[in-house]
Amino acid sequence: MMEGQSWFQRFKDGIQTATKFKRETPDGLWFQCTECKTTSTVKELKKNVYKCPNCNKHIRIGSHDYFDIIFDGKWTEYFTELKSVDFLEFADLKSYQERLDKSYKKTGLHDAICVAKGKVGRKSLIVAAMDFKFIGGSMGSVVGEKIAKAIDMAIEENTPFMIISKSGGARMMESAFSLMQMAKTSAKLTQLADAGIPYLSFLTDPTTGGVTASFAMLGDINFSEPDALIGFAGPRVIKETIKKELPAGFQKAESLLENGFLDFIVDRADLKQRIDDLLTVLNPPNATDKTVVQKK
Amino acid sequence: MVFLEFEKSLESLYTQRNKLEQVGEESDIDVSPMLAELDKKITKTRKEIYSNLTGWQRVQLSRHPERPYTLFYIEEMSKKFVELHGDRYFGDDKAIVGGPAKIDNYHVMILGHQKGVNTKLRQYRNFGMANPEGYRKALRLMKTAERFNMPVICLIDTPGAYPGIEAEERGQAEAIARNLFEMAKLRIPILCYIIGEGASGGAIGIGLGDRVFMLENTWYSVISPESCSSILWRSWDYKEQAAEMLKLTPQDMHSFGIVDGIIAEPIGGAHADPNAMAKTLKKSIKTQLNELVQIPIDQLIKQRIEKYASIGKYELAE
Repeated sequence: MMEGQSWFQRFKDGIQTATKFKRETPDGLWFQCTECKTTSTVKELKKNVYKCPNCNKHIRIGSHDYFDIIFDGKWTEYFTELKSVDFLEFADLKSYQERLDKSYKKTGLHDAICVAKGKVGRKSLIVAAMDFKFIGGSMGSVVGEKIAKAIDMAIEENTPFMIISKSGGARMMESAFSLMQMAKTSAKLTQLADAGIPYLSFLTDPTTGGVTASFAMLGDINFSEPDALIGFAGPRVIKETIKKELPAGFQKAESLLENGFLDFIVDRADLKQRIDDLLTVLNPPNATDKTVVQKK
Repeated sequence: MVFLEFEKSLESLYTQRNKLEQVGEESDIDVSPMLAELDKKITKTRKEIYSNLTGWQRVQLSRHPERPYTLFYIEEMSKKFVELHGDRYFGDDKAIVGGPAKIDNYHVMILGHQKGVNTKLRQYRNFGMANPEGYRKALRLMKTAERFNMPVICLIDTPGAYPGIEAEERGQAEAIARNLFEMAKLRIPILCYIIGEGASGGAIGIGLGDRVFMLENTWYSVISPESCSSILWRSWDYKEQAAEMLKLTPQDMHSFGIVDGIIAEPIGGAHADPNAMAKTLKKSIKTQLNELVQIPIDQLIKQRIEKYASIGKYELAE
């Protein structure tokens, strides 16, 4: 084995990156799985929709990667003009503004969520997908507002809506405003429900805190990727509270399925097909399939 | 009496007063002029301390062991109250209580977090930290209220939803999320009061309403100052700074437009005169209900959703 990781890092920007957007996914030529420690090429990994070719571990990916998978690379992003503000002038070891600036630079993202529209097969779908890389996928005012705007768009265009959650929870640096995003997104989802539009909630590793306790658990369909961590309180907090070891598989997608909180777990390779199936069977309002009975 | 650390000057005045009283009882000396003088000093000191509280001090006051809790307020305010139990799925959570009540001429469904009043009861109430069945009981009561056209009153006082293994397995997150969704469209007015601690998801899980008020010595935040310190400063020692940063006081929350108003507490806090506090709370509830029941329900729900939909601060980049 190599000393250090220098072999695995790229030296110049732009190489192997199709867009200016910097992916959550590994750069360079080689990839070592954190689970089984097997090394494969990034090319192999990418071909395998960012799952380890050896052990099938689903590597964390970003919003744009999911859009590519679901929409076959053809999608339009919306609401990129919304930007977070450090209105409380919040500072711990770093100021919120510093954290934001660093995240913009590191990720090339606008915030912890991106909204895109595209087609799954012949059916339109609006997807809001979170990015863990941006301050832990935390939910602040921008995340809440983008979801609200995406829901308005879904209602206006009579188009099914999906959220891909991946978050450490609420963004502390926006204090009560971040807490209120739980109420905001949940309240907006009632409007979507009233309009009779399906809402798919796809929970990916990790989904915790205020995100789980609001929109992520409110899907008409809740589903997840294998082995994803999903919970309200973080495992560390629970361990400190009860002062006991946590049981194996605790807060993993498989346990949540067993306990009745998920409809199914889907392998990333089947994600697109499964969404297509859902949109077909759910009789979405804009279904183009002629065999579907149109709703009045 | 229990004195908090910032009340030390008060404590010594009270000690003096007790001694003086004893002297008066044991001898023929007339201590009344000196007592009156001391009482004046106590009032003045108390006013000084309480007119200048920091965020952290309000957090401490909100946790004062003698502070009145939900069941006290319900009993004080209502002529009749029937406590109901159970979520009808799993069990009865002791950290959230509630039931139908008559407050003067109003039929209401009143519910809230309940903390224990002594060591044994604090455990029994799980320190006001509800499990999923608590939130589901609350929702069950709200749905009942909807059927019988009774406004819902929620009294919030929790250090957070319980972070335990079973709580997770039974869907703590789902229970809170479901409440938010259902409360947003509940076809009856919802009136919320933060009467103590308003910690995060555990608080907002019964805290979405048409009007939300905070008692003067309470706090409302996305996270407790201690946890915030532990996560962001990686140490438990920065709780005072965290409390300042989080802007969790009623004044801050009101200036943000997140709560509709602040309910004044007796000087020295709600625990200094619980009956007076209950009277003030009751007056506010009646005033608010008088207004809320006038609004047609479809309009009220629309306003409720629009209110929450408009909360957020961001800028538009070109």
